[in-house]
Formats: sequence, C-alpha cells, structure tokens
Amino acid sequence: MIAEFGHYALVLAFALSLAQSVLPMIGAQKGLRPWMSFARPAALAQFAFVGFAFLALVVCFVRSDFSVATVYQYSHSQQPLIYKIAATWGNHEGSLLLWVLILAIFGALVALFGENLPPRLKARALSVQGMIGFFFLAFMLFTSNPFARLSPAPFEGQELNPLLQDPGLAMHPPMLYLGYVGFSMTFSFAVAAMIEGRVDAAWARWVRPWTLLAWTTLTAGIALGAHWAYYELGWGGWWFWDPVENASFMPWLAGTALLHCQTVVEKRDALKVWTILLAIIAFGFSLLGTFLVRSGVITSVHAFAQDPARGLFILLILGIALGGSFALFAWRAPHLNPGGLFAPISREGALVLNNLLLSVGAATVLLGTLYPLAMSVIGGSAVSVGWPYYIVTFVPLMVPMVLLMAVGPLLGWKRGDLPGALQRLAVAGVLALFAAGYTLNREVGGSWLAPLGVALGVWLFVGTLVEWIERVKLFRVHPRENWNRARHLPRRAYGMTLAHIGLAVAIVGMTGSAAWKAESVKTMKLGESVTLGDFTYRLDGVEPIRGPNYLAERATFSVTRDGKPYTTLHPERRQYEVQEMPTTEAAIESSIRGDIYAVIGDRTGPQSWTVRIYHQPLVPWIWTGGLLMALGGIVSLSDRRYRIGVPNRLPVVQATGA
Amino acid sequence: MPIRRLLYALPILLLVLFGWLAWRGLAPDRNPSALPSALIGQPVPQFELPPLDPAAAKLATADVGGQVTVINFFASWCLPCKAEHPLLFALGKDYNVPVYGIAFKDKPEATAAYIQELGSPYTKIGLDQDGRTGLDFGLMGVPETFILDKNGIVRYRLPMPVDPDRIRAEIGPLLKSLQQ
Repeated sequence: MIAEFGHYALVLAFALSLAQSVLPMIGAQKGLRPWMSFARPAALAQFAFVGFAFLALVVCFVRSDFSVATVYQYSHSQQPLIYKIAATWGNHEGSLLLWVLILAIFGALVALFGENLPPRLKARALSVQGMIGFFFLAFMLFTSNPFARLSPAPFEGQELNPLLQDPGLAMHPPMLYLGYVGFSMTFSFAVAAMIEGRVDAAWARWVRPWTLLAWTTLTAGIALGAHWAYYELGWGGWWFWDPVENASFMPWLAGTALLHCQTVVEKRDALKVWTILLAIIAFGFSLLGTFLVRSGVITSVHAFAQDPARGLFILLILGIALGGSFALFAWRAPHLNPGGLFAPISREGALVLNNLLLSVGAATVLLGTLYPLAMSVIGGSAVSVGWPYYIVTFVPLMVPMVLLMAVGPLLGWKRGDLPGALQRLAVAGVLALFAAGYTLNREVGGSWLAPLGVALGVWLFVGTLVEWIERVKLFRVHPRENWNRARHLPRRAYGMTLAHIGLAVAIVGMTGSAAWKAESVKTMKLGESVTLGDFTYRLDGVEPIRGPNYLAERATFSVTRDGKPYTTLHPERRQYEVQEMPTTEAAIESSIRGDIYAVIGDRTGPQSWTVRIYHQPLVPWIWTGGLLMALGGIVSLSDRRYRIGVPNRLPVVQATGA
Repeated sequence: MPIRRLLYALPILLLVLFGWLAWRGLAPDRNPSALPSALIGQPVPQFELPPLDPAAAKLATADVGGQVTVINFFASWCLPCKAEHPLLFALGKDYNVPVYGIAFKDKPEATAAYIQELGSPYTKIGLDQDGRTGLDFGLMGVPETFILDKNGIVRYRLPMPVDPDRIRAEIGPLLKSLQQ
C-alpha cells in the first residue's frame, strides 16, 4: 500500500506544482496579494508530498518489497541495510525522486526563510520553482514512475550494482544534487528579476546565500565523487574528464563565476546582465548534466539506463527552461539599467577578468564534452576527448586565473593600486619561484607542469595569507589590535580566504598526483616482494573471506620503508554472488606525503596473483583542498549579512578593506 | 542598436544549435558505443611479421588472401585475451576458417609460455613486438578481432573480446555469408 500512497503523493505534488507555477505569477502581475501569498503554503505542501513519496520509496527498499519494480531491479534481501537505503537513489527513477525532493526542499526553504524578500520577487521566484517542479514531476510520472508494480511479485531482487555498494553512494549523489538543484533557486530568482525588470544590490544580496549553498554542496559533491572513483574503481585515478564528470564541473565553473560577479552587483551595482546570464547558464549546465546522464547520447561509465524516450523528455524540459529564460533574457536584458563603468585596475576589474577566464574555461569543457556527439551526428568519425585536450586548453586558462586570484583581493574597489599589490605579493612570488626551482631540482625528466603547478599553489597560498595579514595589519600594530581586527573581519572574508587556500592546497595535490605517480604491476607469488620507491611490499598471504553478499580474497601485504616496518595493507577482490561481478577494494594508507595504494587482481596460478601497487604523492591534499573550499563556503554562508531570514535593516558592519 | 540586440539573443541561438545536435543524437538507430573502423571496406594493411616458432615461416599479408580469414590481436599480459582464448578454438573449427594470431607488444618468451599453457587456436602466430602492425590496423587495445573476406578486404572489426553470444549472432553469420 505504501507504494500506492507514495505514487498518490507524487500526483498531488504534480497538481499542486501547476497551481504554484500559475497563481502566484498572475498574482504578482496583477498585484493580487492573496494569490501571491499562495506560493508559500504551496511550496511547503509540495515539500511535504514529495518528502512523503521519497520516504515511501525508502520504506519499500528497506522492506525489500520486490513487487515494486525499482526495488526488484536494484535491491536484494541480503544487501546490507545501508545499501538498501542508498539503493533508493542508486537508480534512474529513485535518483529523479531525490532530484525533485531537493527541488522541493529549496522551494520550502525560500518559503520559510525568505521573509525579507519583497513579496513580488518571492512570489515570482517560487512560481518559477514550481514550473521546474511541474516538468520534472511530469517526467517522473509519465516516463519513470519509481512506484511501478510488478505482478506477480518476484521472490528475490536483482541487487544493486556492486560498484555502488559503497558508503560513497550514500553521500556523493545527495551532495551533488544539492548543488545541481541548488542552482535552480538562483535561476528562479534570475527569471523573477527579469520579469520584474530590476536587478540591484539588494537582489544580489538576497540571491547570494542560495548561490553559496549550491556552490558549497556542489564542491563537496565533486570532491566526494573524485574520492570515490579513486578508491573504488581501483585504477588509482580520481578525475577522467569523463562527460558526466564534466557535467558536474561545468555548473561548478559557472557557479564560481556567478558567486564572484554577484559581489560586483552587490558592491558596485554593475555587471547585472552578465550575472543574470550566468545564473541561467549555471542551472542550464545542471540540466545539461541531467540530460547527458539519463539520455544515452554519450557513452560514460556513469550513465543510467539509456532510453531515448526519456532523453527526449529531458531535452524538452531543457528546451523550455533555457529557451524560455534565454528568450526572456534577449527581450528584457537590454532594458536593465547597466550600472556604472569602472576602471580596469580595480577589484571589480579583476573580478571581470576572473569571470572571463572561468566562463571560457566552462566553454572549453563544454566543447570537449559535446565534440564527440557533434562529430558522430554530422557523420564524422568516432572520437573521444580526453586529458590531452584539457591540458592544452583548460590548464592555460586556469594559470592566469590562479595568478590573478592572489592579486584581485589586494586591489581596492573602484580604483586599485596594482604596483602596491604586486609589491605586497613579492614574498609570494619569491616563494613560488623558490618552490618551482626546488621541484625542478628534485624531479628527473618530468613534465614542465610539475614546477608550474607547485609554484602556482605556493603563490596562491602565500598570496591569500598576505591578504589576510594586510587586513589584520599583522606586525604593524599591537597584537591586541591584530586580534580585534581578526575577530571583526566579516565571515565572508574568512570564507574567501579558506576557499582560496583550499584551491591552493588542491592544486599542489593535483600536480603531485599527476606528475609523480608511480606504479608497478606484477604477478606475485606468496612470500614474494616488490619494491617501489622507498617502499617494499611483501605478499604474506591471501585468505578467502565471506561478506554479507559477497565472497572475497583478502590479501595481506607487509610494507616496509627502507627496511623498517611501515604498515600492513589488506586489499580485497570481491565477487558479488547475485550480480556475479568482481570488484576491487583498494587498500590505501594515507600520509601527508601521499598515499600508498595496493590492489589485488586475478589469480594467475595456484599461488600467484596479479598485483598493482601505486604511489600517489600528495593525493590527500586534493581532498583536503576540496574540504577547505566547501568549509569556506559554509563560513561565508554564516556571515550575518546573508544569514537567511535576517532582515536587511539590521545594522551592517562595514568592514571591507580598502 | 541591432548588433547589441543580436548579442543578447546569442544564448538562445546557441541553445537552438545544441537542441538540434542533441535531438539528432537521440535518434534510435544511433549507438554511441559503436566504434566504426576506418579500415572496414579497405584492403588489409601490409605486414610481414617474424613467427613465434623460429622454424616456421613468416606471417605476412600474402597469407591472408584467397579465403575468409580471422585475425586476432592478443598479448600474454592481457587478461581479456585469456578469457576469449578458448572461444577462438571453437571459432576456427566450427566455421572452418584460419585464425591468425598477432602477439601485440609482447616478449617472444612470454608469448611462447602463454601458448604453451593454453594451447594454440591459431593457424599461424606473428610477433608484432614494436606494435607497428597494430598501429597500421588502428588498434585501440588487445584483444581485437578482424575478419577479412576472400579478397583480403576488412569486413569486420571487434575492439573487445569475443563472447559466445556475439559469435552466434554476429560473427558466425558473417563468416558463413562471406564464405559463400
């Protein structure tokens, strides 16, 4: 019964979303107060219905109710409870329900905490949010009903893909979707502002928390995904420029650009048209990602069931959402008050350059992602686009951006002092050159990217610290005064510092793992050793073990470093019984210098196995960097001026550095 | 200012372009995983490879004319090759075709040990130690299997291991029709 209730709740939510998209919009147009205020209860009820449907599906999975088709296809009675729950969104139908749930959560949050928003803007934004919900609920109900029943009900399910039976599945998709779908909120605000015909500093301030929330969760989601790929696939890589990975990276780039140019709207009342366009594009990229993953137009390791009919439906949604908003943009944007001009050498000038680089970067990634599709559609040869393309196109764009990232925050609004900023950054430059020299010296015959990456990381790290030191006037005034200044810096300033430092740390990590990765693939017998770098790995034993729904061979490696015992590693090779599919569980030992990573492969003889050992220098820095960036987002989000629900008439501490 | 107007309409024009692309991409007869080979319909590339058994003759382009032939690239270091190995015996016998093996980027001793252990389904084995022949065939990896017709024209390419279903549904019928 619970499945039918869930289905019914979705139908109700669908009907309600139609009302939510129409009534408040008309109300805002005609100035009818009660129609406008309908948006609030509608958004809350929407959340209640979709939330109920989601819980109903979770209950079906937990109870292993195999009469529900999705449960039958993606669960099994022997599956551990956590994977029964996570399997709810480990498939097309369920993940779509999660998508819609998060959409409803954002709508409800705006309804609840958007008290300081002007009623018209709020009504229109919620109405647009209702439209998005309407289309996605239609998509779910008409092509991908998660509650479809099977008759007769099978006795046992087909089990979740073993690669997905990992804690990563519990965390990565919800985080990623929070980010993806979060951009729907900025999109709705942008469309509402275009209808209103007004974009100003106040608008930027209202939208910023939503951009920040989406950006923060997307950052965390991408980092989690990269980490998951790294330890689960057993290839030792963490980013493959796969179309679906790109699909999460493009909204991130657009969202990062949006976050920065919103500041310009807020402080200088300029760049409005561009900000609106970016808000549309960021969500457009999210929709594009949804299309790529679920339609089967592109091959990818991540793709869901490939069904052109579903693809057509999403393409239709994408066409309506983007076509509608771009048309609105073409019509209304020329009438937006463009705002003041500004000097090229200034904080806003640096932010414009940053936006330019980020957008061109996103365009490059878009081109690389769609190129294989375009080639095959116009009848050209089959091509795939991989890291060599991105090395020559994307990396050169990011180099000046990182250089700029240290300079920009040191420039003042309106008119910056570039020589002064560079002078203050001298120490960062010297340290970066020193780091490059050190890297070049240590490295034998490696690529030029290594010293460059390390130098950029050091430059950004030190440059960001210099900016903070400037702000608290460290070494220049009494320590008590330093402390006072440090305490009273706005949280968003700390957010920026953390996020920029996070990127610096991640850059060093990426460089290290790309440049100095070492691997050894060997067939090993019991008792044999293999040496890689300073470490020696002895295969001590391989025992069969039994998990809840798999059999596995578990190897024991004693690792010694320069002859001294270092650690013991236990990689596994699992054979899942239902899916008859092997998975590798890499054993990883992390330290600040990097990871040592062991994988046990096929048995090649009575007492021998294929073994892969990787050294992954500095890889943990990537996750740390990602974490710091997300933390920066959270800190910035807690800034009192943006805190959701705080009326904007509260006294504002004006503490921006010159 | 019409030019400025056009600039504002640029996003929607780009969207239309993308929409067309994606709509074409969704055509049901399109398989995004298919890997067409430029070689199909072309004469087989020229090759002359040293044999695995020093006493035997070289494996060369001249060997493949006159009858329908299967060429299989493999290597001792490649696990999927090991998986498809038993099927190659059946393929050669059931359809009465010569199966020529080319050991791709493999040490001769390693190839010899591999064949010693698993037996040889191959009519002849050539060694492509430097991978030049593989390059001429446009190899993406090993194993790969090519089928040539009586005139030495490449008719089929499989850039992955063969499996029983594929032999039944694709490779078998093709061999039969080419042999007629």
